Amino acid sequence: MVTGLGLISPLGNTVEETWEGLIAGRSGAAPIQRFDPAELDVRFACEVKNFDPTEHMDRKEAKRADLFAQYAIAAADQALRSAGLGDGLVNPKRTGVLIGSGIGGIWTFEEQCKLYLQKGPRRVSPFFIPMFIPDMASGLISMRTGAQGPNYCTVSACASSAHALGEAFKLIQSGAADMMITGGAEAAVTPLSIAGFSNMKALSTRNDEPEKACKPFDADRDGFVMGDGASVLILENLKSALDRGATIHGEIIGYGMSADAYHMTQPPESGEGARLAMEVCLADAELSPNDVEYINSHGTATPHGDIAESVAAKELFGEHAQDLIMNSTKSMTGHLLGAAGGLEFTICLLVMNNGIIPPTINNHNPDPLCCGLNCAPNVAVERDVSVSLTNSFGFGGHNVSLAVRKFEG
Amino acid sequence: MSDLDEKVINIIVEELGVERDKVAKDASFMEDLGADSLDTVELVMAFEKEFDVDIPDEEAEKLRTVGDALNYLHEKMGS
Repeated sequence: MVTGLGLISPLGNTVEETWEGLIAGRSGAAPIQRFDPAELDVRFACEVKNFDPTEHMDRKEAKRADLFAQYAIAAADQALRSAGLGDGLVNPKRTGVLIGSGIGGIWTFEEQCKLYLQKGPRRVSPFFIPMFIPDMASGLISMRTGAQGPNYCTVSACASSAHALGEAFKLIQSGAADMMITGGAEAAVTPLSIAGFSNMKALSTRNDEPEKACKPFDADRDGFVMGDGASVLILENLKSALDRGATIHGEIIGYGMSADAYHMTQPPESGEGARLAMEVCLADAELSPNDVEYINSHGTATPHGDIAESVAAKELFGEHAQDLIMNSTKSMTGHLLGAAGGLEFTICLLVMNNGIIPPTINNHNPDPLCCGLNCAPNVAVERDVSVSLTNSFGFGGHNVSLAVRKFEG
Repeated sequence: MSDLDEKVINIIVEELGVERDKVAKDASFMEDLGADSLDTVELVMAFEKEFDVDIPDEEAEKLRTVGDALNYLHEKMGS
């Protein structure tokens, strides 16, 4: 059961603001503010805006946490408060933390690398390693909350937080924990990271119109838009949720994983790995393809990725593919890399609880190779949804599909 | 208070995130100002940077209080 939600996103630093942005079809993309991007080929991104870490932690804590971990802490605070756990956990020894991150503290890495090269090894901060390693978000959240249950980090590029949620779900199902604080965090809008993704030709280069740059399932798409932020959820078993009278936002009912076994950064156009992850997920959830009404796609707007995912859905869902909606909220939030899965899982819950599916914006010239699926182009769609899937695929060929069901009591 | 004292206290306030009035001469970095072992390493590095000096590890280990740091740096800087 999901009983708490927290978001720091390019559309707003709360769940409510993010949701308003999504259903209004607002883009979070803008010229990069965190540093001067003049030298880069790609000079825009979906950055988090107006984030003040000292609203969530003291100055000293903020100073020794990389931005990705600060986002995670802030989102975890929101999630715990929304779950009615703002004053403390019910059973710390039975509560775990599992926050995925694709890259971890790359801002810290770059700063310390510069120091090493310019000033020598003695100037490298003793906090370099603890700030850089991607598992530190989970560690810091346990220290703040006292959660002493399972604690680690999943790293699978853009599938990191989808793996985190899936693993957290299984830890609860297996009885290893009663409650998990789980999700993902990323703060990879940095010069080195943008240069790397840009040289892979993975990013959209529409510097002149950032808001229109991300075009999932559109024939004119030219890559993804980097985003940053964090999504943290509180998962707990039904008994724990009912015992404390918690509000239940929905339930995670299936977890499917697969590998493409194909290429470092590209999926096969057959979408075979993506399809396998969805199939395994449906089997785990004991669902038939016809039960699925909404898919929050991986949909990053890369030329190959969108086709592979569309083909996978078309083949798996057959005629039913025309009835369901498969949108890409990345058209608005950008791609939060390791934090994307958690954000999009949260969006599935919001869709089911509000009866509204956010649009895929910037979709004016649908790509016929994307199989004519309904992506809710440009305008939100009112629709009752009881069962959703969300897909996350990472470089390395890691695929995750999660199934979510509306909680009917 | 000398210029050096002022700079040292500023560094301690900044690095350890403590209130200025807590930074008394007899205050211990670890016991009174909440520093852990990593903080003390970073603090010494900040002194090295500010005053452009090298503080060897065996000398850094002896700097346990604000007063220790002030005396050491005054001596080192010949002020």
